[in-house]
Amino acid sequence: MPVEIYLNVAASGLLTGLVYGLMALGLSVIFGVVRVVNFAHGEMMTLAMFLTLVLFNALKLDPLVLLVPVAAVMFALGYLMQAGLINPFINRPEHSQFMLLVAIALILVNVQLIVFGPDAQGIRTRYSFDSFKLGPLVIDASKVYAAGAALVVAAALFAFFRFTLLGKAIRACADNYDGARVVGLNVKRLYALTFGIGSACVGAAGAMLMVVSDVTPAIGPAYTLLAFVIVITGGLGSMPGALLGGLLIGVTEALGGVLFTPSAKSMFAFALLVLVLLFRPQGILGRRET
Amino acid sequence: MHGAWAWSAAPAAAADTEMSARLDVAAISKSFRGLRAVQGASFEVPAGGIVGLIGPNGAGKTTCFNMIAGVFAPDAGEVRLDGRRIDGWRPDQVCAAGVGRTFQIVKPFVGLTVLDNVIVGALLRSNDVPSAKKLAEGIVEKLGLGPKRDLPASALTLPDRKRLEVARALATQPRLLLLDEVMAGLRPTECDQMVAVFRELNRAEGITILLIEHVMRAVMALAQRIVVLHHGEVISRGTPEEVVRDPAVLESYLGEETEV
Amino acid sequence: MIARLLEGVPRRGLVALGALLLLLLAFPAFASGYLLSVGFLILYFAFVGQAWNIMMGFAGQLSLGHSLYVGLGAYAAAALYVHFGISPWIGLGASVGIAMLAGAVLGFLAFRFGVAGVYFAILTIAFAEFARIGFDHFSWVQGSSGFFLPVANYATNDLWNLRGSPRMFYYLMLAMSVAAFVACHALLRSRMGYYWQAIRESPEAAQALGVNVFRYKMAAVVISAAMTSLAGVVFAFYYNNLFPEQIFHISRSIELILGPIIGGIGTLVGPLVGALLLTGLAEGMREVMLQLGVEVPGVKQVFYGICLLLVVMFLPHGVWPPLARRLGLERGAGGRGGH
Repeated sequence: MPVEIYLNVAASGLLTGLVYGLMALGLSVIFGVVRVVNFAHGEMMTLAMFLTLVLFNALKLDPLVLLVPVAAVMFALGYLMQAGLINPFINRPEHSQFMLLVAIALILVNVQLIVFGPDAQGIRTRYSFDSFKLGPLVIDASKVYAAGAALVVAAALFAFFRFTLLGKAIRACADNYDGARVVGLNVKRLYALTFGIGSACVGAAGAMLMVVSDVTPAIGPAYTLLAFVIVITGGLGSMPGALLGGLLIGVTEALGGVLFTPSAKSMFAFALLVLVLLFRPQGILGRRET
Repeated sequence: MHGAWAWSAAPAAAADTEMSARLDVAAISKSFRGLRAVQGASFEVPAGGIVGLIGPNGAGKTTCFNMIAGVFAPDAGEVRLDGRRIDGWRPDQVCAAGVGRTFQIVKPFVGLTVLDNVIVGALLRSNDVPSAKKLAEGIVEKLGLGPKRDLPASALTLPDRKRLEVARALATQPRLLLLDEVMAGLRPTECDQMVAVFRELNRAEGITILLIEHVMRAVMALAQRIVVLHHGEVISRGTPEEVVRDPAVLESYLGEETEV
Repeated sequence: MIARLLEGVPRRGLVALGALLLLLLAFPAFASGYLLSVGFLILYFAFVGQAWNIMMGFAGQLSLGHSLYVGLGAYAAAALYVHFGISPWIGLGASVGIAMLAGAVLGFLAFRFGVAGVYFAILTIAFAEFARIGFDHFSWVQGSSGFFLPVANYATNDLWNLRGSPRMFYYLMLAMSVAAFVACHALLRSRMGYYWQAIRESPEAAQALGVNVFRYKMAAVVISAAMTSLAGVVFAFYYNNLFPEQIFHISRSIELILGPIIGGIGTLVGPLVGALLLTGLAEGMREVMLQLGVEVPGVKQVFYGICLLLVVMFLPHGVWPPLARRLGLERGAGGRGGH
């Protein structure tokens, strides 16, 4: 096969990877602050995709516009989940928290199955069949738009954590739970906000992914796993790491799909995960805890 | 080297040396992310002796313990047990070599009963569970935990949890016992009882003891020798009387806090 | 040996267990075909739940990928039978061997490199998913189009080739469940059992007491994998068809751990009680829905999810420990490791 094909595939993998990265960023933010592993992440992703689908069919608005209401709804859902269900579990053992989220994931995925049915559904935008030419590369317009939007949202998130008072308060919580409480921060509310923000990332990523991919309820667990693989690869709790991991996994899967068979592409993501665990367990950009 | 330690009045002379191990710590250092926790610390614990390791908080005492017990390897230096290098060994290997330890922050197996906690330790040198159980029962009695042996460890008070730490470590039948602040939080009478237990262990079974302790009452009563750590370095050593009179020690640590 | 196994077990507990066993033995005599299949499912989940419990309940290692061992066990024995006519009683050697190998590789990667807690759980999912996709492309066992065993003639029971009636499978599963129960009871009281529980409660303290944590964690994974693969063998010969999409799917792994979680992690009776409650209720609900004429896929799983949610929230130690206390069946003041 000519080199151009690989280049094209890699470029398209990079763009999809950015959207994956945004989804994983949500997981990373939640874990970094609340120290809870959101096992329902992929199920929330498919929920966001279905929301986009429903809104698109009802309002005929561009998914990249729908990103805003979908992210808002997901924020509310995340906030309520943390405030109502997860906050009482903050001092429970890790596996107990995990089981809670397994239960939530199980309910989410099957409620979606009941409501939306098992079939794959997608949307068609004005630019679904457009593409850009860049030298030897031919790139889908929808992937470019989705990746661009993912970058904008990620940048906004970085700015939020770096420059706003609320963002700094949340980071303080992540660094030192007791300290944050002592200086009078309402930690539980900040946790709920953080879970909301992480869920909003998922909402935005879901809206964008809807532009380039179909959705079925059954794919939820696969997205959860994908988000974990990305976050572990990039480095736990590292926000740039999540984006980098997303890019890496996006390219790996895309190339794996061409070199072998498309249905086996996620095997390459797992292989990458095992390699990372072997040689750099703290992740590529992660720091080793002592 | 032995000459530096005058053991003329040591009661350990009567001890069965089979049960005693000698510990030599030579110039060990450890840094965490560039922060030097221990720097070139050297000291030794003669077979059958009791040595106290004291110093202000953050002086590197527990780090020293962790290097001896194998939790992490020293960046430099050597740890020898009866002349054999044990630095860099895993904790379970160090334990099998005859070193028992307690944790400053107690780590009981909370879901198990007191007796089962001790049985876990006793299994190390027992052929089967029943004989481990027998050994554990004796140790539980010795430390005054007999009436509570069937309670889950989660039901114990802090002083009892400290006793449980000691009981578990003893159940591994160590020749060297590392005690990390086992007296903290005990009332004076309880503290004296504990001191009596260790004296007896040392006298009858010859167990060598190295203890980290803030309760000076216990250190003065037990230790034949004291090593003082400050900022990760040994700043003084000698008999308890010598150490408390050492100006360097008084300045760094004892002066304000303790009356002797 | 038997005396030691019985030591400390309350008499009432023994009587209750004996009565339960008699009931289970007599069950096929008055159960319809459908009820018998429900009984088989309950025993199946009790067995795999027991196997999973060794890892999580005894040694504290959360596996969310036990479908891996079910699938490997099922495929190995089925492939040997279909391709070479080898009896599953011999084929299970391969099943157990392959599952143990998979468990050992996973355990080695995880424990050598300090992958613990939830990350360990994620690694177990990744392994199962890896196998699922791999078997989709494994043409020797027909890949994603499914691997079929020649359908059994129910008239005669051929125990040697596991071809026979549901009743035969029911008794086979019952025997396996009883054996698993006794084996786990013995394991829990052995040196290994003590060490596993110590590792579960505090790996640092266990190591300081001379326990080779790596070795005993490996043992837990490997033993649990071996046991689980046996259930896979029965699964293959009972259902006669295997699809990677189904057998290795993560929902299978979740389904399998619900019993012991709801029954009580780390207890011996928990997996059985959990399987009984969950399978019984789910099948009962299915019956009701059939009567009402509604058929919606996913309802059973939502029900599972709600059960799990409620138990995790309100009965963090499962249904069995408080129930045992109520019935006066507790051994001494023994904690989670108790009878």
